[in-house]
Amino acid sequence: MKNKIQLLMGNEAIGQGLIEAGCQVAAAYPGTPSTEILQAVIDRREKAAEPLHLEWSVNEKIAFEVALAASYTGKRSVAVMKQVGLNVAADPFMRTAYIGVKGGMLTIVADDPGPHSSQNEQDTRLFCLQARVPVIDPASPAEAKELIRPAFELSEKYETNIVLRPTTRICHSRQNVSIAKPITLERQANFELDTPRWSATPAFLPALHKKLNANLEKISFEPDWQPRLTSGDNSQPRTALVASGIVYSNLVDLLEELNLNNKIDLYQVLMPYPLNPDFSKNLHEKYDRILILEETYPVIELQLAHPGAVGKQNGAVPREGELTPDVTHQALAAFLDLAPPEEKPEERRGQRPSLCPGCSHRSAFYSIKKCFPKGIYPSDIGCYTLGMNLGAVHTVHCMGACISQGAGFYQAYQQDAGDFPTIVVTIGDSTFFHAGIPALINAVIQQARIIVVILDNATTAMTGGQPVPHMGIAAGNVPTKAVAIEPLVKAAGVEFLEVCNPYENDKFEDLLKNADEYIRSPQGGVAVLIARHGCIMDPAVRKVQDSFLVTIKDNCIACLICVDKFECPALSMDKDKNLAVVNQDRCIGCGTCIPVCPVDAIIKEEK
Amino acid sequence: MKQQIIVSGIGGQGVLFLTRVIAQVAVNQGIPVLTSETHGMAQRGGTVLSTIKIGDFASPLIRTGQADLGLLLWEENFPVHQSILQENGTWIINSPHNSDHISIDAAKIARNLGNAVLLNLVLLGTALKQGALIFTAEECETAIKQLAPKKFVEQNLTAFHKGLNS
Ligand code: SF4
Ligand code: SF4
Repeated sequence: MKNKIQLLMGNEAIGQGLIEAGCQVAAAYPGTPSTEILQAVIDRREKAAEPLHLEWSVNEKIAFEVALAASYTGKRSVAVMKQVGLNVAADPFMRTAYIGVKGGMLTIVADDPGPHSSQNEQDTRLFCLQARVPVIDPASPAEAKELIRPAFELSEKYETNIVLRPTTRICHSRQNVSIAKPITLERQANFELDTPRWSATPAFLPALHKKLNANLEKISFEPDWQPRLTSGDNSQPRTALVASGIVYSNLVDLLEELNLNNKIDLYQVLMPYPLNPDFSKNLHEKYDRILILEETYPVIELQLAHPGAVGKQNGAVPREGELTPDVTHQALAAFLDLAPPEEKPEERRGQRPSLCPGCSHRSAFYSIKKCFPKGIYPSDIGCYTLGMNLGAVHTVHCMGACISQGAGFYQAYQQDAGDFPTIVVTIGDSTFFHAGIPALINAVIQQARIIVVILDNATTAMTGGQPVPHMGIAAGNVPTKAVAIEPLVKAAGVEFLEVCNPYENDKFEDLLKNADEYIRSPQGGVAVLIARHGCIMDPAVRKVQDSFLVTIKDNCIACLICVDKFECPALSMDKDKNLAVVNQDRCIGCGTCIPVCPVDAIIKEEK
Repeated sequence: MKQQIIVSGIGGQGVLFLTRVIAQVAVNQGIPVLTSETHGMAQRGGTVLSTIKIGDFASPLIRTGQADLGLLLWEENFPVHQSILQENGTWIINSPHNSDHISIDAAKIARNLGNAVLLNLVLLGTALKQGALIFTAEECETAIKQLAPKKFVEQNLTAFHKGLNS
């Protein structure tokens, strides 16, 4: 290897660590902040010492189950997801605690305290406590990588799934990381039948549960995974700091800046669950007061149950949001009676995100809103969540929920006498495959009268363009079978199906109106419209698309429709001239704003 | 040798690339470095912030009032990220207007080079010219050559030099 030291993002460091540790099957569903982990494995697959199967699975449950069975054959495997992905994979995940694994299996679940890019800030460590699965909480990208190989070894020693829980600040931090040669394990797939275990019926479960509990106790005593103590000089007697994950690192820098390093006993908890009971006992005996810093829920705190604990439970540490260095400073200052940090000026909000200039979702949303100004618009997780800015997204819940929510809205409205509002559901192509298909079948058999618009941009755009099942491309640009959307929709029993490029707004609006007539007709049911246009971030899409020089003439009446209602970030108001203007640095010349202007002030010329 | 830097802009402006270039220079010098970056939804044109900590640090995040240098690609972010800098910290701002801080119309220079995204390296060049970074221009050039896609290396270096000689 050329560079022994490389600058790697946490997710890349983890990907590199997986290759070095001889992982042979890696399955993931993309989701911020976890996405780049599998991507990093894909990018490095040539470096692997042994064959490697990589997949962007259709959802997290599937990713977990694929990795699980691979582990049954004795090989090392990993499933990668974001924290809410674990909810999707919860069913197999919970059972795996009892049944165990064979070859080392890791589940890497990236949490998002803050949250920065998620629908909640749930703590995977607490999930693990309830699932009874050991969980590791690294404090830096380099540490996350270092812990992967020992984590596989621990997994094999106890035949148990192990969770590695990085947070956003680990995933999306870069650090100088040392690179090692991948190991060779020379394992041949060998699934040893053990039906009472792999197919355990309730009769076998009490014994398995007992074994699980015994294993957890042993794991809690594993010497390599004990809390690490940096001793103080006893100037703060019977007082200690306990931290895990990135908060530990924040604390280390802070102590140094305040000249408090090595003045007070400081513990880094590597494995927040299961905690060694002796560690807990030791803290109870040696210290009267301990400050506990962890993200996001009080997992260590709950287990320690220390009478002198200062943390989230007594409200001394904020119970929500990130424990940033500022928050850490406040908590530490209060705990040690130091001068409180200067009042932080009130946080100002920056620029809100919006759909990219030229994004076809914008055109689709604009038309939907125009056709059904009184409609209800359930939507879903993806770039198109930003349809909110156009007032064309009313609910966003979790992957795939929009179709079932649309159906639920319909059922509630239809039982009242009279008319029901037009319900237009928007769902991305990747989300449709992930969890939309069962919901669509359900809406059809429950005879919901709703319009489902599948926003098909041929990629998983929000997370940076991972492949989707209907494109015939698998992880690493490997060709595979394509599973088209249209036959799936038809097989689900949908009788109204149309496909249209939302850039062609007249045609798209006609189809929306037809769909509305259909759902209100005696034989009506679910109508599906596929709004198809490639993601504008894909250079191949830009290449084949016409691009114009788009400008705004002086007859603009400053109605703000293009700036506010259409909301292209390349359009803004020139306050001095009281005219809308096109920012040519950001405009891609798609021309989709032209039809929205009521006075035809927006014009295009060939470039 | 320690330095704490923030890079502030909006998604699509090249904040991440600039962050990586600076961090790569540190790695090339054998100095420990940590960065934190904004990914996900905010990258769709929303405010993004990177932090870079060069030297012996444990965490990539910077406390209020601790950063030495701020590279501001999107002027409107100034009130949002102002408080992260120390009172006597240095701001290098992409702006067509004059202010109390070092400002340069990096966007215009980049546009004249044919690509608005190049403003990130124009700003880096300006920072070096002002002596605001603990590295040399040659060290930055090496990192740019390492990280830029081959066909853009020349363009990137030109942008960097425009800033350096502005
Ligand atoms: S042509 Fe109009 S809609 Fe398209 S990017 Fe430019 S300003 Fe935005
Ligand atoms: S829609 Fe037309 S008239 Fe209204 S602000 Fe935009 S350019 Fe001006």
